[in-house]
Amino acid sequence: MIKINNLDFAYKNTQVFRRISLEFEKGNIYGLLGENGVGKTTLLKLICGLQKPQHGSVIVDGFTPSMREPEFLQNVYFLPEEVITEDTTPEKFIQKTGVFYPRYDYELFNQLMKELEVDLSKKFNELSHGQKKKALLACAMSLQTDYLFLDEPTNGLDIPSKALFRKVISQYCSDETTVIISTHQVKDVENLIDPIVILDKDDVLLNASFSKITEKIFFEYGPERLDNAYYTEMLPGGYINVMRNVNNEESNVNIEALFNAVMKNKETIKNLMK
Amino acid sequence: MDFNGHKPIYLQIYDHVCERILSGEFRSGDRVMSVRELGIELGVNPNTIMRSFERLQNKGIIATKRGIGFYVCENAREMILEEQKKEFIENEVPEFLKKMELYGVSFEDLTKLK
Repeated sequence: MIKINNLDFAYKNTQVFRRISLEFEKGNIYGLLGENGVGKTTLLKLICGLQKPQHGSVIVDGFTPSMREPEFLQNVYFLPEEVITEDTTPEKFIQKTGVFYPRYDYELFNQLMKELEVDLSKKFNELSHGQKKKALLACAMSLQTDYLFLDEPTNGLDIPSKALFRKVISQYCSDETTVIISTHQVKDVENLIDPIVILDKDDVLLNASFSKITEKIFFEYGPERLDNAYYTEMLPGGYINVMRNVNNEESNVNIEALFNAVMKNKETIKNLMK
Repeated sequence: MDFNGHKPIYLQIYDHVCERILSGEFRSGDRVMSVRELGIELGVNPNTIMRSFERLQNKGIIATKRGIGFYVCENAREMILEEQKKEFIENEVPEFLKKMELYGVSFEDLTKLK
């Protein structure tokens, strides 16, 4: 479990987090959402020990990530958004990296490279952007860490690869794993991410599972725009209205509409979800 | 499997499994695929699949056996048909009758279609 308590973090003169607290529980694939520059990547770096809080604490299964203890680090992998362009093959890269991770599995790496259709003979700098991303994903997953953090993993993937991505992540997930996917491409990870965490400047606006979200919020698909909706958007064939769930009805979460509803009604929805 | 926007995903997956039972892909007593297997096949969060399976279990369509996992219950087909019939009568029929009235279609017109 990841416990963040009263965390403050700033880069020189830019405050990123002010007294935020949130938790990530095992056995879930979290979707980490937020507008540009709110600190999604910074949060992931704080959780895996690449940054140190200035106040408050980050605790992962009893470890303090910024202490960078080997027993902690061998169970965590962070795949950044920027793609490395080393003059080496993914195979050599993973053999070098794998020694630090006790559950690293070379067979699994090969299998994932095959499933994701990446050319094994090429070096990173000979692969296309999408192929590189897939190769790095295969590397990350073959390490089999309980904590896996992916920053914008679907950027640059072609359409079939996005479906493959969802399959391999679903396969990766177990009762012991915590996967956090930071993304702007919510359509790419729809039906995969649950719970949803929405970050804002200095604040956490939402951290809730789909079942909790639909308990409180109703997504109405209908012919008209409703005045009392938190957010309304025109879709082909009608409107989606994000409403308070007063009649205790079940509905399907539309993540984009949810995000917009939360951004437009920050305090109201924060209180509603308490 | 194509998901539509309106119905919760876990209910769509529930319907999907029911359909596979009705089509004969899974017969009474057969082992159903695991939560994990279906999650991978559909590229969906395993927790969502678990919710669908819990519902299937509560409705008596599937059950668990130790060491085997989920299997299809004896009268699963009948249960599914019964439920779908109920839904048809409660939801689709009123809509259908409304349209008949709107377009001026009589029951006699319908019998001619046969």
